[in-house]
Amino acid sequence: MRLRLGRTLITAAAMVVTASSVAHSDAVEGVDLVINEDITLVTRAAPPASLDGALPEILSGWLFREGETRAMEMDDFSNPAMVFVDQGMDMWNKVDGTEGKSCASCHEDISSLKASRASMPKMNEKGDDLWSMENFINNCRTTRMGAEEWKWSGDDMKNMTAAISMAGRGELVHPKIDGAAADWWQKGKDLYYTRFGQLELSCASCHEKNYGHMIRADHLSQGQLSGFPVYRLKDAGLVSIQQRFKGCVRDTRAETFKEGSPEFRALELYVASRGDGLSVEGVGVRP
Amino acid sequence: MQSRVMLGLTLATLAALPAAAQTAPADVVFNEGAIETSLTGAPGDAAEGAKVMASRAMGNCVACHVVTAMPEASFQGNVGPALDGAAGRWSEAQLRGIVANAKMTFDGTVMPAFYKTEGYIRPGDAYTGKAPTGPLPPILDGTQIENVVAYLMTLKD
Ligand code: HEC
Ligand code: HEC
Repeated sequence: MRLRLGRTLITAAAMVVTASSVAHSDAVEGVDLVINEDITLVTRAAPPASLDGALPEILSGWLFREGETRAMEMDDFSNPAMVFVDQGMDMWNKVDGTEGKSCASCHEDISSLKASRASMPKMNEKGDDLWSMENFINNCRTTRMGAEEWKWSGDDMKNMTAAISMAGRGELVHPKIDGAAADWWQKGKDLYYTRFGQLELSCASCHEKNYGHMIRADHLSQGQLSGFPVYRLKDAGLVSIQQRFKGCVRDTRAETFKEGSPEFRALELYVASRGDGLSVEGVGVRP
Repeated sequence: MQSRVMLGLTLATLAALPAAAQTAPADVVFNEGAIETSLTGAPGDAAEGAKVMASRAMGNCVACHVVTAMPEASFQGNVGPALDGAAGRWSEAQLRGIVANAKMTFDGTVMPAFYKTEGYIRPGDAYTGKAPTGPLPPILDGTQIENVVAYLMTLKD
């Protein structure tokens, strides 16, 4: 309560510098995410109606990182994730499985999947399940290529989702949350506000009530998905969306859900919808 | 593994002690958020309490609170208010209540309850992400709570 009030006041009077703890650690102001001095991405947007006033503005995780980390994401030569994007592109063109096909055999240029990242997760073709990008990829591999499934957060899978996200860079996040997806969305929303674990913290405890604050060494963001998969400097590798969820749930001293579980797919839809209107960034860089 | 077994043994030993030795989490009586009597029946050790507050493996209070008197605790967070001068704002009994279960003082607060063992949703085995293999100990035991309270009582204006 106190914290939310503090933030509202600052937004209302953006010029007034207060001594409050909010002021020195909120999202960075006056910067734009322009990649390769060419592509301007949306990192701040008006909240979607579905958020029902829960956030005054939606903010990319990029805005909560230090200048050096932000700069790495602004230039594909300095973005360490691009090596993995290249590896994903190699896999895109690589024939695998009993059918003698690659992804490119059916989809041709990866730009054909330009709209994909911004729409995920979404109902499958049959309309009986909500799928993350990982599910769609594995479905292509098993039913169309006769190839083995990839592990949810295995290297091949993360490289491929990174390549597809890059193809969708600049598209505005806009998952479908009505129709058959509505129940999934509601389930995801319930999970988002559930206070899990021995620390009894929900996603909202950290990413809605307290974004902009420091929790020990970490500057809390809104936990948006627009930069995913992200490159994490600490791990020197890519992090998938649900790998991040797992880490956050574990940090509440809770028993986590499994990557690919119905719970995490529902949560992914809900969290994605909270970022409706932000640009897909391709691959973000995080500390 | 070994340490978990040890912990289990310690708890079993504690449980076997006469009830007067330490008030079990379930038996704590809150009076408008405050706990009047020491959980151990003895005063705490402020220096030990400072360690509990700074350590990630124990209280990790500085994850959310600034304590200016504790500059050696790196990366102090600001999710909660600074604890400077806490003893000027709260009595010892109130501080004991806040540390044991802050939800009894601040309705719905994000501050975790450190002396509680049930009522959790999907509790895990500490930070492993796995289900617990037995009953959960509170995050801090009664002695650690009393030590933290003793330290907080040194934070005068
Ligand atoms: C105890 C606090 C805490 C809780 C609870 C928590 N997170 Fe996080 N989360 C963090 C921290 C710290 C980071 C890293 C800094 C940041 O981006 O906020 C993070 C990062 C993230 C990110 C990456 C954002 C980016 O731009 O890189 C996502 C996504 C996320 N969290 C989602 C969730 C979801 C979903 C939940 C609930 C299941 C959740 N978090 C619960 C602390 C928390
Ligand atoms: C996840 C965050 C978090 C952690 C961890 C945490 N606190 Fe808090 N604490 C808060 C918040 C937030 C408040 C303010 C109460 C409110 O309005 O919700 C608070 C309030 C307090 C207060 C009253 C503050 C005042 O001066 O008015 C004390 C004392 C306190 N905490 C002590 C502790 C101690 C001791 C620990 C560790 C054993 C601890 N806290 C761990 C978040 C936290």
